[in-house]
Parts: sequence; structure tokens; C-alpha cells
Amino acid sequence: MPGTASPERDIVATPVQRATREALYAGAIALGLFVLFIGLKTDQNISNELILVPRWPLLAAVIVLTMAGRFFYVAYGQPFLASQKVADIATGLLPDSVATRFFRLPYFIAAIAIVAVLALLAGSLDSLLGPGLAGYARFARALAIIYALASVLFYFRSFIHAHFSVLGIAALAVYPIIVVLVLALYSGSMAGGFQGSLKWVDNFGIQILIYVMLAWGLNIVVGLAGLLDLGYVAFYAVGAYAYALLGTHFGLSFWILLPAAGAMAAFWGVLLGFPVLRLRGDYLAIVTLAFGEIIRLVLINWREVTNGSAGISGIPKVSFFGLISFNVSDPNYIAKVFDIAQSGAYYKIFLYYLILGLCLLTAFVTIRLRRMPVGRAWEALREDEIACRSLGINTTTTKLTAFATGAMFGGFAGSFFAARQGFVSPESFIFLESAIILAIVVLGGMGSLVGIAVAAMVMIGGTEALRELDFLKQVFGPDFTPELYRMLLFGMAMVIVMVWKPRGFVGSREPTAFLKMRRAVSGSFTKEGHG
Amino acid sequence: MAGTTLLDIKGVQTYYGNIRALNGVDVTVKQGEIVALIGANGAGKSTLMMTIFGAPRARAGTITFAGTDITQLPTHEIARMRIAQSPEGRRIFPRMTVMENLQMGASLDNLKHYEEDVEKVFTLFPRLKERIAQRGGTLSGGEQQMLSIARALMARPKLLLLDEPSLGLAPLIVKQIFDAIRELNRTQGLTVFLVEQNAFGALKLATRGYVMVNGNVTMSGTGKELLANPEVRAAYLEGGHH
Repeated sequence: MPGTASPERDIVATPVQRATREALYAGAIALGLFVLFIGLKTDQNISNELILVPRWPLLAAVIVLTMAGRFFYVAYGQPFLASQKVADIATGLLPDSVATRFFRLPYFIAAIAIVAVLALLAGSLDSLLGPGLAGYARFARALAIIYALASVLFYFRSFIHAHFSVLGIAALAVYPIIVVLVLALYSGSMAGGFQGSLKWVDNFGIQILIYVMLAWGLNIVVGLAGLLDLGYVAFYAVGAYAYALLGTHFGLSFWILLPAAGAMAAFWGVLLGFPVLRLRGDYLAIVTLAFGEIIRLVLINWREVTNGSAGISGIPKVSFFGLISFNVSDPNYIAKVFDIAQSGAYYKIFLYYLILGLCLLTAFVTIRLRRMPVGRAWEALREDEIACRSLGINTTTTKLTAFATGAMFGGFAGSFFAARQGFVSPESFIFLESAIILAIVVLGGMGSLVGIAVAAMVMIGGTEALRELDFLKQVFGPDFTPELYRMLLFGMAMVIVMVWKPRGFVGSREPTAFLKMRRAVSGSFTKEGHG
Repeated sequence: MAGTTLLDIKGVQTYYGNIRALNGVDVTVKQGEIVALIGANGAGKSTLMMTIFGAPRARAGTITFAGTDITQLPTHEIARMRIAQSPEGRRIFPRMTVMENLQMGASLDNLKHYEEDVEKVFTLFPRLKERIAQRGGTLSGGEQQMLSIARALMARPKLLLLDEPSLGLAPLIVKQIFDAIRELNRTQGLTVFLVEQNAFGALKLATRGYVMVNGNVTMSGTGKELLANPEVRAAYLEGGHH
């Protein structure tokens, strides 16, 4: 019978036959999708007329790649994934996981060997292989380093999992020291070590930690209290401009202005809180989004005070509580005090520890608050507002404290940002920033500090790392700028994480209360179903 | 032991937009009583329950609790008068553990009596003790109902409002819950006002009862009187035995 032919054919067909068929379907779909997107391009000719430029080879390449991908996935990927779920009948054990097969000791040794050889040849790489191949060699070295580190993490995974917070804080605390020492060894001098550390400490360390702090601050509003805030960057801007204006006009020190900026941001948090008290969900999101834009537009247009889109420059540096300065001209400049060579790296390392301290303060306050009545009330508010009220909780003050506390940490981060940049302009506080911070909170798993920190590291560190992929220029030509694709990768990463872990990296909520003895709750209660 | 009037509802009218849900309702609950309010779907029973808590607020009439007019008080202030509620649909906090739910119930006194009260609640509902570290949302329906009542009791209420405590539960669990309510009333003198569709069980439990039809109280009397009343039997009991 023709009607039932298709399913029967499915059973009879070998994976390769099925894969061929599905590859053809995929190719047809890709053709339909991309014939206009990729196959044709509009352009201008010399006389400024609009012309169509066909790009058939590129279209063909995309379709062939799609078909090949579908073919290999159906023919080999799916049977492989299925076999991962089938226990060995004789032993009842699952086969080796992909991870254990991927991280094998011989591979690890090989990776170390590659790193060692390439590191020894580092200086003469260009002359030995020519600039093109040397680029690939450096890439291979980077891959080998990542593989070796990943293997170490994999072998010690249970230990790491058990002590994640402590290990994480320790690693962050020694990170600049290790960077300086490694680079000093590499370049053969301490000064070279400090100089080279700039990029690693500033672009990676400080940049990531600023976002960790912002995301942890927003987490109080979104993750704990469940109030969707799309304008969080407004408080970041308030903090930054508070320090920039008061610091440049009145010469007040960072250590006075940090709490002042926090208080000011908290005040604006309450101001935003009042009109939105009765809103929830999408309505709240729209209003907070508008609030973020209002603050930005005020910063652009109130030229007399904010200097408009030109921004404020010459923002004073932070000093070490007034004792040690990082301005070369000051008598107590750090290099003069300790009698060492001048370098901009000291300031960056100092800033790194400053933002690390601010992050830890945020985490500490969040953890303490969660165990206090107000923190519990935030979480209860997220779960059920009506039930909260009928238990005697004043939801008005609860919401306002959530907005104020979250905004305060945004303000701290903002004043730090201004001090670090030495320059602020409204361009730093666009909606995209709010979106990125919110994305980090969601990807990390709302409410989980560890998850959010990991998400910030992956997202911000990942996009920073794209700047390092210079070898791609050799593949795609000198016009290729990898950092332009960071938003694309950002989006792809978000889709993948949301498919793979719909509740974020750490989706289960850590309870705050225990009855004397702690009884473990199986994670399976809260995880999304997976086979 | 019928004592002084604890809750006095007089001529209360409540609206949803322009639709009148309560038509001038009079109900009194005296100290130490169990009072049941029965009626069909949409009669306005839950609306009355919520109106006591000011959400929605009564547009006419007064609600007096222990001599204080609470008609215009904000919801959380009403709760602070020591009226606790196990609301319609239980409304426990699903992602918080049983223990955290109970702590939320005790937040009026800032957990001052928490340790003491939690033991009392566990003697009443031993099942909750077994589930202490489990998330509220993972409990069975009956356990969630127990948690909802237990959470209300953690506030040391003078008056306990229960909205359909038997909804969707197996007869055995309903019996457990009704037994617990009777026990609370007998040993601690707790005043209870409950709304029920399970008219038979509720009237058997109650000292007095009210019958509500279309936003009006049409009948009242002791539990026994109402159980024996032919109209009540015809409308709510016949064919609906438990």
C-alpha cells in the first residue's frame, strides 16, 4: 500500500540510505533558504546603478556543506549518540563516555610535547616556517594548551566540583601573579612580564570581572526578586557619571565617591521602583527598558553638565587609599615608593584586585541577604506575590529594596568603570549592554552566583578571545575581522546553552535553610528531563 | 464555648470591574468556632475569602476583626492582625523547600517562635517532616495542601482561613486534613473559617455553617441543622456523598 510505504522504508533503510535521503532534503531546504540570501547580492556599478551580482559558487558551497553535515550527522552522529545510551548487555555498564575517550593520557602527553616544542621554537618560528604556517603553528599551540588544561580539569572534575567556589576565588586571586610570572619567564625580565600582562589582566581579567559584578547585581533584581529589568545599564551609567562628575569637578577621592555613587544609583533604583510597583513580567520589562534609554538620552542632551556625547575625560585615577598613587608625577607614585621600574601594569593589577574585591563584596552581600528575611522575601516574591502579601510581607518595600540593592551594585561597578577608563561617554551605556548583562544572568541560571560567573567568563572572555584569532586572517583574507562576529557567536552560544541546559549553567536553586543536619536533595528533582 | 465575635462581616459588596460578585454579605465568626461556608461554583465563596484580605477590596460594607475595622487596611497589614490564610490553589512557593516555605510563614515574628512552632506543625503533619528539604513544587497535591495550612499556622494566627482544603485530594487525605483542623480547634482553640465544595465533610466538621448562592448568603445555622435541612441536602449533598 502506498500510504504506509514511507515508515516501512524507514525501518528497512540502513543509516547510510536514510542519511542520503535526508541530506538531499536538507540540500533542497538550504537551496530554498539561501538562494536569495547568498546566491544573489545587490551592489552598485561604476555609474551608481543597482545591479545584481550572482554568487553561485558560494551558494553551492553552502548547500554542499549543509548536505554533508546532515549526511554525517544522520549516518554516523545519530547511531553514535544512540549507542551512548545503550548499556552493554553483558556488564550492564554504559560505554565509555565521549569525554573519557577524548581525554586520554597519551593525548595529554602529546599535547604537552607539542606545547613544549613550539614554545622552544617560539622565537625562530617565523623564519623556519614562514609567516603563514607560523600562524597555524601558534594556533596549534593554543589548542594544545587548551586541551592540556581541559584534561587537567577533567581528571580533577570531582574535586573541582566539590570545592568550586574556594578554588575559583583562589584562582582569581593568584591570576595576575601567575600571568606576570609566566610572561616574565617568557620574555626573560620582570619588566617584560609586567608589560605583557597588561592585555591579560585588563582585557580579560578586569573586563570579565566588571560583567561578573554587574550580572551579580542584576541577579538580585531578576534572579532573586523575579523583576525583569531591561534597563540595568542606567544604574551603571549613574554610578559612572557620579564618579566622573564629582571626581573631575571637586577632586573627591574614589573611596569617598564609591559609596556615594552606590547611594545615588540606589536612589535612582527606588525612583524607578515606584512607578513600576504594580507591573510584572513583560510590562515591567518595557518600562525599565524605557528608563534605561531615558537616562542615556539625558546624558547625551544635558550638555552643560554631562558634555553630551563627547563625554567626560580626565577622570582621576584611583589611589591606594591615598597612600600610594598611580600618577607618575605624584611624589608617592608606586614606582618611587618601592623603587622599581615605571610601568602602567601596576595600576591595572591594582584595579584587578579592586574589582575582584567589589565582586566578592557583591557575592558576600547576596549570600547573606538570601539567608535573611528580606532575601527570603525576594525569592518568595518571585514565586508568588499574592501569597507573600497574605503572609504579611510588605511587597512594596520588598520590591523597592530589591531595586535599590541591585542598583547600588550597578553604581559601584559604574564608578569603577569610570575610574578604569578615565573617560565616560553615553556610548558605553547603550541597551546592548543591558541585554548582555541580562543574557549572562539567564545563561548562568537565574539566582546562581557560580553559574553567572561562569557565564560571564564564557561570554565576555569568549568575545575578547575572538580578538586574538589573528590567524583567521590568513584563512579568510586580511579584511576579516573576527571581533565583528562576536555577536553572532554570542547568539549561537546562547541558543546552544538554552537547548542543552534550559535553566542555565546552574539551574537548580540552592536552599538557604537547613534543619540542623543537612539532608542532600537529589538534583534530579529540579533538572529538566534528559535521557 | 461560643465566645466573643472575632470576625464580623457586614453588608459586604465586592465587584470585579462592574460585575458584582458579593451582594451584601453578612457573616460572623466567633472565638473558638469552626465556621463553614458552602456553595456551588461561582457563588462567591473564594471572593469573600479574598475580600477579607482586601484583594479585591469591598466596595461597600465593613469587615471588623477583633474590634478593629480592617476593611481598608492593606493586605499585609491585615495579615499582621494575625489572620492567616491557606488560599485557593494553595499558593505555596514551588522552588523553595518545605522548610523555607514554613520560614516564610513565620516571617511576621521574624522567626522568633520558629523552632517551637515547626515542631508543633510536624506533629500535626508528620509527612511534612519527611519532606523538609524537598522543594514545594515536587510535593504531591495533599502534601502541598498540608504545607499551605502549616505555613499559615506558622504565623500563630487568631483566625485561620481555609479555601477549599479538600480540592482535588483523595478521600483519605481529605480526612487527614479535616482531622487536623478539628484537632487544632479542640486543643488550641483555633478559630477556623473554611470555604468548601465538599459540603458534607465541611458541615460535619463545622460548629456553624453558611450557604452562599450567587453572591448572597441564603441560609445559616449549626452544622447539624444544615446537614438535616432538605434544601441543603437536595442542592449540595444528595448524590455527592463522600
